[in-house]
Amino acid sequence: MKEKITTLKALLAVREAERRYLQLRLEDKFSLEEGEQHKNILVCAGTGCTAGDSAILIKKLNEKLEEAGLAEEVKVVKTGCFGFCQKGPIVAVYPDRVYYTHVKPDDAERIVNDHVIGGHVIKDLQMFDTDRKTGEKVYDIDKIGFYEKQQRIALRNCGRINPENIYEYIGIDGYEALYRVLTEKTPQEVIDIVKASGLRGRGGAGFPTGLKWQFEKDQPGDEKYVICNADEGDPGAFMDRSILEGDPHAILEGMAIMAYAVGAHQGYVYIRAEYPIAVNRLRIAIREAKELGLLGENIFGTGFNFDIEIRLGAGAFVCGEETALIASIMGKRGMPSPKPPFPAVSGVWQKPTSINNVETIANITQIILNGPEWYAAMGMGKSTGTKVFALGGKINNTGLVEIPMGTTLREIIYDIGGGCPEGKKFKAVQTGGPSGGCLTEKELDTPITYENLVAAGSMMGSGGMIVLDEDNCMVDVAKFYMEFICDESCGKCTPCRIGTKRLLEMLTKITEGNGTMEMLDEMEELCNEVRDGALCGLGQTAPNPILSTLRYFRDEYEAHILEKRCPAHVCKKLLTYVINPDKCKCCSLCARNCPADAITGKPGKEVYKIDAEKCIKCGLCITNCKFGAVERH
Amino acid sequence: MEKLNCDALRKIDEIVAKHKDQAGPCIEMLHEVQNELGYVPFEAMEKIAEATGSSPAEVYGVVMFYAQFTTEPKGKHVINVCLGTACYVKGAQKLIDRVEKLTGAAVNKTSADGLFSLDATRCLGACGLAPVCIIDGKYYGNALVDSEFTNEIRRIVREEKKAGAKA
Repeated sequence: MKEKITTLKALLAVREAERRYLQLRLEDKFSLEEGEQHKNILVCAGTGCTAGDSAILIKKLNEKLEEAGLAEEVKVVKTGCFGFCQKGPIVAVYPDRVYYTHVKPDDAERIVNDHVIGGHVIKDLQMFDTDRKTGEKVYDIDKIGFYEKQQRIALRNCGRINPENIYEYIGIDGYEALYRVLTEKTPQEVIDIVKASGLRGRGGAGFPTGLKWQFEKDQPGDEKYVICNADEGDPGAFMDRSILEGDPHAILEGMAIMAYAVGAHQGYVYIRAEYPIAVNRLRIAIREAKELGLLGENIFGTGFNFDIEIRLGAGAFVCGEETALIASIMGKRGMPSPKPPFPAVSGVWQKPTSINNVETIANITQIILNGPEWYAAMGMGKSTGTKVFALGGKINNTGLVEIPMGTTLREIIYDIGGGCPEGKKFKAVQTGGPSGGCLTEKELDTPITYENLVAAGSMMGSGGMIVLDEDNCMVDVAKFYMEFICDESCGKCTPCRIGTKRLLEMLTKITEGNGTMEMLDEMEELCNEVRDGALCGLGQTAPNPILSTLRYFRDEYEAHILEKRCPAHVCKKLLTYVINPDKCKCCSLCARNCPADAITGKPGKEVYKIDAEKCIKCGLCITNCKFGAVERH
Repeated sequence: MEKLNCDALRKIDEIVAKHKDQAGPCIEMLHEVQNELGYVPFEAMEKIAEATGSSPAEVYGVVMFYAQFTTEPKGKHVINVCLGTACYVKGAQKLIDRVEKLTGAAVNKTSADGLFSLDATRCLGACGLAPVCIIDGKYYGNALVDSEFTNEIRRIVREEKKAGAKA
């Protein structure tokens, strides 16, 4: 049985003991006793790096250290996500501050022998960036473009501590904010702090968090609930997963503070079942916090009780909408209901309920510890603090980035993201997922705030940021999102159920070359009707991908309709594959690989030809041709 | 319809009993049943309905609403291809077409021989490695049309053919 922590003294004692071991990672100055050879080897165990066998790597590192008799001095620490998923699996050696990328299980031996024992940095594995002006390689982790402009608050502990060890969390000030709140502040004071910080919901809509809490607190009754919305449905966003995998205790502590402020004693984390690692870490964290008395009854001896339960989603995008989420927690079909009544009045089990997104909650402890002025000083206008974006798609550095509000899209895409790969031309950036829109080169210098993104025709959303290059067709992208929405529309209200279906039909016709110019106007009109008439956020924002692409890429729609041509060569029905007779070397490779027997010719004698009638446009001939003779028109 | 065996029925009873006193337990029960049996049989819906004081139709409504619940047993090998945005713009659709050809399973269906189920899943949150796929629980990142991922499928297909020939 572990000893419960009931006083500040006990909390600080645990922290002190843990600091000695954490100092290698956290501080520039640390005090080693003479002859000590301590190191921490941090290995990312997020979803991405686990897919790259980082679990086996951890095992091998431990084996090698054991063999070398260094298991005591050198600790291998499994951490959350470093954010730079592109380069995973990532390993960081402290206190040397050397980061290794693409590390395979077999590299364990070199890391132990060469780096730990030999004291040499392994150059071919080391993370570097190329200085854009001088072309020189930069190895200093603080100067690497991907990290240099970031300011990590919500992600502060991801890639720094072991998420499955509560003591490490306590070692870096964990649970102090909860103690301070419970012993020094009234619930109203806590809400006033959150209000003063200017924190707004990070799930997308940007509703002021303090105000949300105030509504619930002002409701009569003793039975109230708080919910953490971890149903990260936006395809392409994964910051919530990363926070839960890398720093689950920050969410538990934040929820406890929220519960104290609004007067709740029970919390739920509603999380997608697609995130098995996050669910598991959350379960471990809840168990550990209960063991130490930091969740449960009479927390810190103050008489405050708070417990948290996990509820799994089951694959329904609409459950990210708060009223649908509440229905799902109660074990029903996740269908939204009209507001009012708002959840703050009648939520889960018809009691007052406050729902906050994972990233929002991840900021709470830091706002309490550092003060609301500190938080409000970051950002721009009414958008204070930082925001995490999941950078993906056609971009060199994919991963999670956290930047102060007010940073421009250009800085994220070029300075942090390193631009499009293979020298392709940037075309658009999609923010806000299926509820957001596409922005072009012209909007790249817009400072990111909730208001600016809406004005430009997109929205913040939960922070998905997908970069598209010249090879992506914007009509096809709009169609992709509309297919997604049609799939995920719950069917309760007509504008969303039927409206989105009609929109998809029109888009399909356009991508197949059967569109008309009138269709564009019809589509725009229907978009406005769906937006105004739908019951919940899903339907109301569903037309955004179409409206924004129509606004910025009308020429692409027109090319599909008037010229029956897909400028990006994506829409299959509008493509023809042709073999350039000047380049064809009659090798027959294309014909042998064609699954439809659409290519004819004579090996070594006669150039090959594609029969357009038979061609199924699979593209195998292009992949197989060694001479670049197959062309797509 | 095939009758469930006693073991499966007992498992369902255990799961239902475990969650019976929890508030709003229907989805929790369905998750556990599916984890145990690989799908949600009709018998389970009846038992859950009885325990939660609702009708089988209501429970069936819940099963149908959520994409993850299935009322049909899955194939021997389950292949998931992520169709999140990041994966889509990096060619996940082409990949699905290829896997369909390799396995004979249509999207979200099981192949006629019962060997493969091909599921297009919602975003797995590993967008840094797009396109992402899973074969029997193992993740494959950067799974292009010709990659470790498709090679593994080819390997399984070959192995199953061999095993089939022997039998």
